Amino acid sequence: MSNDHHRYVADFRNAEVARKIADRLAARKLERTVRLMEVCGTHTVAIWKHGIRQLLPEGITLLSGPGCPVCVTTNADVDLAIALARRPDVTLATFGDMLKVPGSYSSLQQAKAEGAGIRIVYSPLDALRIAQDNPSTSVVFFAVGFETTAPTIAASVLEAERQELDNFYIISVHKLIPPAMKALLDSGEVRIDGFICPGHVSSIIGARAYEFIANDYGIPCVISGFEPLDVLQSIDMLVAQINERRASVEIEYSRAVRREGNKVALELLHRVFEIADADWRGMGILSRSGLKLRPEYSRYDAEQVFDIDSGPTRDHTGCSCGDVLRGAMTPSDCRLFAKTCTPEHPVGPCMVSSEGTCSSWYQYGGGTYGIR
Amino acid sequence: MCLAIPVKVTEITGAVARVEMAGVTREVSVMLLPETQVGDYVLVHAGFAIERIDEQEAAETLRLFSEMETNLEN
Amino acid sequence: MAYDRVLLAHGSGGILSRDLVEKLFLRRFDNPALACMDDSAALNLGFLLPQDGGQAIGDQLAFTTDSYVVKPLFWNGGNIGRLAVCGTVNDLAMVGARPVWLTAGFIIEEGFSMSVLESVAETMRTTADEAGVSIVAGDTKVVERGSADDLFINTAGVGVIPRGVTISARNARPGDMVIVSGYIGDHGIAVLSQREGLEFGTDVVSDVAPLNALVEAILRPPESDSGPTSESVHALRDPTRGGLGTTLNEIAQQSGVGIRIYEDRVPVREGVATACEMLGYDPLYVANEGKLVAVVARCDAEQVLEVMRKQRYGENAAIIGEVTDEPRGKVVMKTAVGGTRIINMLTGEMLPRIC
Repeated sequence: MSNDHHRYVADFRNAEVARKIADRLAARKLERTVRLMEVCGTHTVAIWKHGIRQLLPEGITLLSGPGCPVCVTTNADVDLAIALARRPDVTLATFGDMLKVPGSYSSLQQAKAEGAGIRIVYSPLDALRIAQDNPSTSVVFFAVGFETTAPTIAASVLEAERQELDNFYIISVHKLIPPAMKALLDSGEVRIDGFICPGHVSSIIGARAYEFIANDYGIPCVISGFEPLDVLQSIDMLVAQINERRASVEIEYSRAVRREGNKVALELLHRVFEIADADWRGMGILSRSGLKLRPEYSRYDAEQVFDIDSGPTRDHTGCSCGDVLRGAMTPSDCRLFAKTCTPEHPVGPCMVSSEGTCSSWYQYGGGTYGIR
Repeated sequence: MCLAIPVKVTEITGAVARVEMAGVTREVSVMLLPETQVGDYVLVHAGFAIERIDEQEAAETLRLFSEMETNLEN
Repeated sequence: MAYDRVLLAHGSGGILSRDLVEKLFLRRFDNPALACMDDSAALNLGFLLPQDGGQAIGDQLAFTTDSYVVKPLFWNGGNIGRLAVCGTVNDLAMVGARPVWLTAGFIIEEGFSMSVLESVAETMRTTADEAGVSIVAGDTKVVERGSADDLFINTAGVGVIPRGVTISARNARPGDMVIVSGYIGDHGIAVLSQREGLEFGTDVVSDVAPLNALVEAILRPPESDSGPTSESVHALRDPTRGGLGTTLNEIAQQSGVGIRIYEDRVPVREGVATACEMLGYDPLYVANEGKLVAVVARCDAEQVLEVMRKQRYGENAAIIGEVTDEPRGKVVMKTAVGGTRIINMLTGEMLPRIC
């Protein structure tokens, strides 16, 4: 096995060390059940994929939060993207994650099958390249994602400016994580004893962004990596804080997260975007929780440049994605889960997104096998 | 919230770096990490290097995992 | 060949058609049945019938067909031609049959490069030779530009199931061991790396290969009285589209059993694992075209493994798990780190993701 792969991947999956951390965790006495929320969808998947729950002692419950950017994108935003894609003069470029998400009446996948110009890309730079290679079409990039992804779109907009591209646009539905965490706490709907904070969002925004949670709400935060040992260690660090009645923001993922974040990425992000209110599926409009292009970059804003009417928005009755996203319900509590709502026939985005809570439960065994 | 994987930087030309891990190579942008040097290990997300991986911190983290320091009162 | 591009006329049945068939295909697939150029191939069944009191090889034929529409047409380790032969040969091998004859139908888009077509045909010939099969009948159609994506190939195959061999995905029993013949995910990643828009470099080579010799070795009656027999092997399946995860589910469901595998025993190349992480794929669901899963009686598993490891295309075979009573119809995996998870069927298309 190559040395590099060992150092940065395999070593963080070592079964013996996992056992050590699990034992250490089990030795901590819990005064009451501890409810920890992993905010980030990628953590939800990592926890299921590696079977982390089996390694935890009794008394620790993990809740999934709203950190799945696909899941929190509203029907209205999906409808807008579909409407744009249907225009004959537009090619919509999107991350693969968004393809199957249902909007009010259709999905990008369906629109694609009906002939809409839709291309799946891995990077916003791929969308730029498509714009360069096809000057006669307008390329609109469906900019979904949190603070990890937004700087990459900001950099791409600046690159479009540098190249003087006049056929590149974005629809920004970018959202910010800390305001969502605050909204969850303010609603008081779910008791959260600690947060497993998203590792890669934190690579960008740093640890300071969460300090208000520890200081104002007294809730411990640990910024966690995504390998199984990272997650186990982070849970151990959270339980230690809880037992010691401490509340601070600790960085488990110190190899990739600096306290102050990535300053260059943040500078580019704020140069191109400004903070605005945003509509979150399941949580409504949260103030100052999203990103919109600044006026000086409005020429790249597809919503302003194209006159689009995506029609009335419709929500699916019976869909409980909102409740699931806030941690108020587990997927198996939902009437539709694994019955009328399955990955083949999803009703809501929580089942569609590969990181959606419902999709993870379904795929890795929570709902159908009863794995805790 | 996102997939980012650790890779090694093998070449840099302007704002584009060639990265490699376990025989897989790709070109990525270093616009968000302009101080990247050849030989650095970086996290790559959506075609961009988003942060440098600190080797010493990585080793330190692994050491901490195995620490048997358990305050049994807690 | 005077023409460097395939024209509509090459498919219309006239002189150009005959030229194409004779000079490009016939010359390469050369065998007596094909050379007759009749409307059908007349094939001698003599080898099936009892001879001088000896037993016939078998009294069951295996028959299968598949179409190949893979994009791109060429990748590191193979091309659509090799795939078209191996895919059908392997389908026959997976029921324990010895493949004998193949047909090959081509649907070619007008304007397709003649030299590329020659290259594909050449590869089909060498692959057929390797597998020990003949391509005895074929068809060529040319369609207007835009009506087909470059080249589509259909192959059908016939094989003989030896007496006493009953291999089926319905036959897995609790207690059986599950063996995979080598590294998984190679083919899918090799093909994906060539696909536009996902450009990444990799030294991963597709595993596309004919597995009939490997299967024959596994099923061959032993030289001694002890040891594995053809009855030791209960099920065989090649984990093509949908990957190992899907195939194991199919076996579990069809046999009404559970399957438990161990993540740290499933062979995955580092390069494949890394490419999968980069794209957000799970190696368990990535296609393989030169691998098989064998479900084998527990007492014979080690010996079957040894036989496989001595064969070409089985060198890296590994026992990855066992068949259980419960949970019926489900596949469970013990993860590298000691946890447990379900392996579900692949739902829909795997898309590269960033989240």
